Amino acid sequence: MMIGAAVAIAVTMFLALLRALMGPSVYDRVLAVNMFGTKTVLLLSVVAHIAGRSDYLDLALAYALINFIGVLAVLEFFRLRKVQQTKEAPPGEAVGAADEVDERPIPGEGGS
Amino acid sequence: MTIIDWISGALGVFGGFFVLVGGIGALRMPDVYTRLHASSLTDTLGSLCILGALMLQAGLSLATLKLAAILIFLLFTSPVSSYALGNAALLSGYEPRQLRTLEREKRP
Amino acid sequence: MTGILSGFILSLAVLTALGAMRARNLFASVMLMGIFSLLMAAEFLLLDAPDVALTEAAVGAGISTVLLLSALALTGEEEKPQPRPPWIGLAAVIIVTAIVFYAVKDKPMLGDPNTPVQTHVAAEYFPMTREFVDIPNVVTAVLASFRGYDTLGEVIVVLTAAIGVLFLIGPEAPVGRKSPPTLRQASEGLKHHQPVRIVGKIAIPFILLFALYVQFHGEYSPGGGFQAGALFAAAIILYGLLEGRPAAASIIPTRILRIMAAGGALIYGGVGVVTLVLGGNFLEYTVLNDDPVVAQQFGIIVIEAGVGITVAGVLLAIYHAFAARGET
Repeated sequence: MMIGAAVAIAVTMFLALLRALMGPSVYDRVLAVNMFGTKTVLLLSVVAHIAGRSDYLDLALAYALINFIGVLAVLEFFRLRKVQQTKEAPPGEAVGAADEVDERPIPGEGGS
Repeated sequence: MTIIDWISGALGVFGGFFVLVGGIGALRMPDVYTRLHASSLTDTLGSLCILGALMLQAGLSLATLKLAAILIFLLFTSPVSSYALGNAALLSGYEPRQLRTLEREKRP
Repeated sequence: MTGILSGFILSLAVLTALGAMRARNLFASVMLMGIFSLLMAAEFLLLDAPDVALTEAAVGAGISTVLLLSALALTGEEEKPQPRPPWIGLAAVIIVTAIVFYAVKDKPMLGDPNTPVQTHVAAEYFPMTREFVDIPNVVTAVLASFRGYDTLGEVIVVLTAAIGVLFLIGPEAPVGRKSPPTLRQASEGLKHHQPVRIVGKIAIPFILLFALYVQFHGEYSPGGGFQAGALFAAAIILYGLLEGRPAAASIIPTRILRIMAAGGALIYGGVGVVTLVLGGNFLEYTVLNDDPVVAQQFGIIVIEAGVGITVAGVLLAIYHAFAARGET
């Protein structure tokens, strides 16, 4: 039963990785990394139970904390990046027109 | 197999199913906001089912307390991460796909 | 089953590394390297190395990602196009990979009980730990007591890295420059995100408590000074992300961080000097108390505290150095 759950979680980790590799905009990638982190926490908890070692749960807790802080750090980076775009753009140019922040979500997304 | 084993087995199967559905949704959904819905499903419902199943299996022990701590932390912070992500995407100008389709339909 | 899961995780790692290499947008590369760190941590766990897995998760997936993102905020985001393909680099990589594959053929299978590691090293350290140190976590006993010199060297290396970074970047924003209003607003952190701030601030005391738990429980379960220092730094960095970096700097000022970074290494070396004064060799903990086993455990607690203090101070000092540069 638990091995089935572990397999499901492992497959979902692979799907999240595909989203991180494919995702046209950076927010898709942040989403995938967040999902990957929480799936790692779940996989660790299941592996800790299957292996019978309850001290691996400390690792799962640590990963949950680190994942949360990592996602917030990434979003802070984006906020700072956007404000720096405001500083660097010549007056009169719209901030949203700057292409460096993220790709426009138009159908026909390209690769990385 | 006692009743606890049956319940935890069922919870484990449900948890695995929800996690898988969320993963497939994150891959197939058209827009970052809809993908956010799918991935937050795996974070909250999937972790609730799977960690609940593990807690039932572990009985009354330190492992259950640690699993409960992990569960409470995930339930607190993954909605917040999803909110922050959606907010950041919206503020940076990422329009929802449905919005553009509606606006395109409104134009004569 | 462990073999299948290992193979799966390593294939994902190869996929991630290829993706991180090919991505034009360096931000995507940083995200994928974060995933790579998590995959490596899971692999270490499957190889029965939980201490290493905990350190890899705390430092690689958390702190490294934050620092790389801060560096990207200072530099550009797109990779500059290569003028011509790197043929020499490719040839060098292929040759070295071929040599590694050839050497791996002679390697014994993982877990083979007849290797010198299992028959000599492990066969000695396990009974030595039971007899001299008597703690359940053999890794901590080996790291802190039997190989104490090496760990002292590691702590000095961490301190040297901090000194190098602080020389290059400078500890704080240069004084006398008024930041424009937009950037002042940016350095205020996620102030307008009320839910994030509330939940984050609730989480911070628990993260700090967990860091202390990992520090002191390192003798009984995976943990120890390095992991605890990284988690402690992560908690303060979270506060800096939520309330703005100056708020985090007001909680633990940079001069305290410098004292922490050097003081931890000083504590470690100081234990060695104390044992010298008490008549033993350098870092021979048995002279610290009448009962040699208690003395070993006491020595281990003190040096692990030194390690934790240094790592926390170093990581926070580097974070402040990077984040302060982006402010002006």
